[in-house]
Amino acid sequence: MSAVATEPGLTGTVSRARAGLIRQALMERKAAALGLGIIAFFVILAIAAPLIAPYSTTARTCAVFAPPSASHWFGCDDGGIDMLSEIISGGRISLIIGFAATLIAMLIGGGVGIASGYFGRWLDITLMRITDYLLVIPDLAFAMVIADVWGPSLSHVIGVIAILEWATTARIIRAQVMSVKERVYIKRARSIGASHARIIGRHILPQVGPLLMANTVLTVAVAIYLETALAFLGLEDPTTTTWGTILEHAFDRAAVSAGAWWAIVPDGLVITLLIMGCFLLGQAIEDALNPRLKVAHLSSRRWALRPLAGRGPGAI
Amino acid sequence: MRGADYVIRRAGFALLTIFIAITINFFLFRVLPGNVVSDLARVPHATPQLRHALTVQFGLDKPKWEQYLIYLRQLARGNMGVSFATQQPVSQLLLNDLKNTIPMVTIGTLGAIAVGIATGILSAWRRASAADHVSTNLAIAFYAFPTQFLGLMLLILLGGLLPTSGMENPYAGVFGPQSSIARVQDIGLHLILPALTLLLTLYGEFTLIMRSSMLETLGEDYVLTARAKGLTDRRIIARHVVRNALLPIATLVALSIGWIVGGAILVEYIFSWPGIGQALWQAINQRDYPMLQGGFLILAVSVVVVNLLADLAYFKLDPRISQ
Repeated sequence: MSAVATEPGLTGTVSRARAGLIRQALMERKAAALGLGIIAFFVILAIAAPLIAPYSTTARTCAVFAPPSASHWFGCDDGGIDMLSEIISGGRISLIIGFAATLIAMLIGGGVGIASGYFGRWLDITLMRITDYLLVIPDLAFAMVIADVWGPSLSHVIGVIAILEWATTARIIRAQVMSVKERVYIKRARSIGASHARIIGRHILPQVGPLLMANTVLTVAVAIYLETALAFLGLEDPTTTTWGTILEHAFDRAAVSAGAWWAIVPDGLVITLLIMGCFLLGQAIEDALNPRLKVAHLSSRRWALRPLAGRGPGAI
Repeated sequence: MRGADYVIRRAGFALLTIFIAITINFFLFRVLPGNVVSDLARVPHATPQLRHALTVQFGLDKPKWEQYLIYLRQLARGNMGVSFATQQPVSQLLLNDLKNTIPMVTIGTLGAIAVGIATGILSAWRRASAADHVSTNLAIAFYAFPTQFLGLMLLILLGGLLPTSGMENPYAGVFGPQSSIARVQDIGLHLILPALTLLLTLYGEFTLIMRSSMLETLGEDYVLTARAKGLTDRRIIARHVVRNALLPIATLVALSIGWIVGGAILVEYIFSWPGIGQALWQAINQRDYPMLQGGFLILAVSVVVVNLLADLAYFKLDPRISQ
């Protein structure tokens, strides 16, 4: 498939080259495809949760801490509730929190990054001081304090995570916008009277789009990580079931000393798998955007000179 | 001089951030439901007069900006208030906790940096080999493991071999005095699991960054020159590549201090390590606002300070940035 891929940057327009990069990253890198596959799997699982979950998550269907068996693949928790069903429906809420928080964070981060980089001056200075503060402050401690101040609820957890996670994105987008803004075609567009809104919408946004996308995927991972951590510390609505609260319950109700590893391991692995999926996909897009990583003068197997043009098999 | 300029600018920025943290800290806790008066006046038959007297005594009748100034003045003297739960000065309690946290976090973090750098170098050097694949995938996996899950796994796997809770054996001194060597040994044993959890949860990111930083450096022209000169691979890596590739690690350490603190909170909670993260968690559960406020402030200030140190170290390592 990838052997016939030609370098789109040489022929297409700039924005098409960027869009092509992501497609190319997906095709060339198994890691990216794997990551996308994992994310898609969990999204489908979450959407179809009520249809798939074998048992109820509120009614007792087996003995306390019953080990895994043919009828209960992942065993049961301290209340005699099927772990598999809990994980499937817990994923629903965890994904909602992760995606919703990321969406808000990306809207804020992208907006702040573009505004800051494009307009500069005092707006830039003010916004960047705010991101400085958010970047420096310890995430989890801040989230604990705010979650405690606001009280435990789903929307509060989403809000806390969104507030904390937009700063990195804003920084990265700002840097990109600042360099794009100086390019000639932007100056030309302005000189023929294009409005700021048009320049941002038509010329800047397509340029920062892939970067924003890579960041979105990486932020989903961070958001889910933070969700499980907050839940583990007991700062989430205790009536909901999420991947985080499953671990919390297992720890709280002494699953470790009861030897009930099945109350911990499957849930932890599911969280890990999703975070890994996001990481693989996000990293692959980022790598595709940074061609410098493809050159090495020293390697145990082969060494390559920096290609004059092109990338991958089509390089010259 | 440029160097002095840089140091002053970074230090000024750190001071500003601390000031913002203090200010946010003040207002954040003023929007909390309830205050010291509703706490102390919970006795039956608390009269409006008692409430009023308490309000005046704690200065809560004053306008917000005046309370803010009082808060700043008291903070400057090291007064962080009195814990609701234990009635002891918050600053003293937190200082004690900080003393317990620092060794555990330092050992875990330094271990993570060392392991991360070593595996990162190996991965980049033997790029695309089996060793690279194993090490990179392990790093991604450990990077993705939630800290609390790693901690629980270690509890399950090693819980029988090593102490899993607290910082020392509570019965050690009961049947006669304990020698200081035995005490250090005891604390060391208790420290293994929390520090190991922190190490494992942090090292993956260092591996990945070190690897890509090495790969980026390997593409530089001076590496080609060194190779053309006929230097051995080992010498090129050790003398030319690693030293430059280490720079992003300094940045990463600065950037991930927030995460390290987050990891430490979870680790302390799991292993009941009597540190500042545990104190924060207890403060939340006991609604002990002065402790919570003080603990958060201390964490924020220490992160800013370590960040400043990392910045200065980076400046020392790479003089190019001042130009």
